[in-house]
Amino acid sequence: MIEFTPRKIQSSFWAILSPIISIAITIFIGSLIFKILSYPVMESLYQVFVSPFSRPDRIADIFVKACPLIIIGLGLIFCFKANIWNIGAEGQFILGTLCAGSFALLFPETKTYTLLFSMFIIGFISGAIWASIPAILKVKLNVNEILVSLMLVYVAMLFIDFVVRGPLRDPMSFGFPLSKVYPDGAIISKVDFPFIGFLGQFHYGIFIILILCPLIWFFINKTLPGFQIKIFGSSTRASEFAGFNKNKITFYVLLVSGGLSGVAGVIEVSANMGRLQPEVSFGYGFTAIIVAFLGRLNPYGVVIAGIIIATAKLGADNAQMVLGIPKVVTGIFEGMLLFFLLAGETIQKYKISIRKDN
Amino acid sequence: MENLLITILLTSIPILLAGLGELVTEKSGVLNLGVEGMMLCGAVAALGSVLIFGNPYIGILFGAIAGILISTVFSFFTITLMTNQVATGLGLTIFATALTGLIGEPFVGKTAASLPKLEIIFLSDIPYLGKILFSNDILVYFAIFLIFFIHFGFQNTKIGIIIRAVGDNHDSAHSIGYSVKLVRWISTSFGGMCAGMGGAYIPLALTPHWSEGMTAGKGWIALALVVFASWMPIRLLIGALIFGGITILQFVAQARGWDVPSQFLNMLPYLATILALALISFKLRHNNYAPACLGKHFLGNK
Repeated sequence: MIEFTPRKIQSSFWAILSPIISIAITIFIGSLIFKILSYPVMESLYQVFVSPFSRPDRIADIFVKACPLIIIGLGLIFCFKANIWNIGAEGQFILGTLCAGSFALLFPETKTYTLLFSMFIIGFISGAIWASIPAILKVKLNVNEILVSLMLVYVAMLFIDFVVRGPLRDPMSFGFPLSKVYPDGAIISKVDFPFIGFLGQFHYGIFIILILCPLIWFFINKTLPGFQIKIFGSSTRASEFAGFNKNKITFYVLLVSGGLSGVAGVIEVSANMGRLQPEVSFGYGFTAIIVAFLGRLNPYGVVIAGIIIATAKLGADNAQMVLGIPKVVTGIFEGMLLFFLLAGETIQKYKISIRKDN
Repeated sequence: MENLLITILLTSIPILLAGLGELVTEKSGVLNLGVEGMMLCGAVAALGSVLIFGNPYIGILFGAIAGILISTVFSFFTITLMTNQVATGLGLTIFATALTGLIGEPFVGKTAASLPKLEIIFLSDIPYLGKILFSNDILVYFAIFLIFFIHFGFQNTKIGIIIRAVGDNHDSAHSIGYSVKLVRWISTSFGGMCAGMGGAYIPLALTPHWSEGMTAGKGWIALALVVFASWMPIRLLIGALIFGGITILQFVAQARGWDVPSQFLNMLPYLATILALALISFKLRHNNYAPACLGKHFLGNK
């Protein structure tokens, strides 16, 4: 029989090793799946994991793809550290995008970046408001935040669909559900690198991660509220004895996470689409959950995890074009990766030994 | 009116079946958030097997098996390896959504045979009620049977009481000699089977063709319904029927020509879920019916 003994000190060796092993096992089982589906294994793996690095513009696009995942993932760190399960980041992303986008469309012809700046604030606030619904219900009535935040994803998807097909539809869009194009002041421009020029879709929005990541690391590791969040998540009882305000922590972690999801939406749409459309996310809010776990709820880890997952996502696009492998396989990989990461946590927490039953 | 009531009943069946299974799983102390994923597996397995064998009853069987198989992945990780149940359930849904998308791709555009209606002699001749209650397909009868089976099982049978004991106090159940992990494995598999059948019902009776993620949140609504029903099977039926009613409100609105954008009508089931959860939590502030060990790990080596 397998025996689990809790470790007194969590193994830091496993903490670093488990994401690496998890990725390795996922790739191994992934190649078996390719084999079963009779795709060439080495060629498939090359397309998924290596081809995104094959040209400078492709490498730049990895960062473009990783940008929303990382920003949402950074927000989710707060929730998951506090053991609050916000799985509705997708909805908060959509609502932030929608509100900021509608605001931008109110001021056509605007060229100054004050507009973009206000959109960031509106995106943050509206994402936070969307997350405040599960937060308030959780704090006031102890309603399960998982179900409420997820239900609001469906509501947000239907709402943006209505807005883009109805009130905000561009009359010149020939019946397509698209809004008018954002004014210049609402567009995040591509980076014109010295000597090199434009690289893929690389845009200025990506640089926000350079500010956010250290800021969040500092907040969580060096400030009292950050400490409270960690204690609250690892032991509710201990945090109650210490007199931490449970409701306040629950409320604020959800708000910050929702707000950052909203900001991620603003950047994604202002940099890449420049207008509203029914599909603004593509499951970023859900993938970011895996990014947060793969990054072991560490802000720098989340950045690396975001880059890894974005690589696989772009690689899957290439694999679909070159080999005809359906893109949905990335979802299978993501699910497996999450399973193995969680199993890794067990190894980190418990010493496993095999005992002979008599 | 008759047709409307029948449609409400049929629409509520997938949520009802999945909810009943999840109820048993949760009673044993396991919170499986992968219901949506298990339903999708049931749906794709049912559709695929019907397209191959042409018999809708085989579809039910394959749906149930697919549900059980995918639930064992969850059991292995959460019960044996003691991973976090919330995250594992979420992973299961992500995994299953992609897996079924891959498997279901060849089925796009093909239509499956529907479950035949079985009229119960004499009873189906009762005016009004007969048509609504006794002229349905086998899964409707099965779901109704299951409600009473589970209700009775938890009250009066030894197995039912063992499951409740494991869910309410796993240490005591262990100390008097019951295998907590085995009971949880079986209860989770039962939940997987029901979710698989609930998922199978969608292509077999409601919309006979495959589309990716065709359960559209029904699994999540089923999870919410279990809370709403305070873990009581008969209340689950009431909840499922209310949701069936809300879901088909959009068809009624279309038929009557109401001037409400369809997106708002489509939002209603999700908004109603939130409202239902809020109301029930308000009512149950002082008395929580949840199994005491719900979501807790059992180390099992004391």
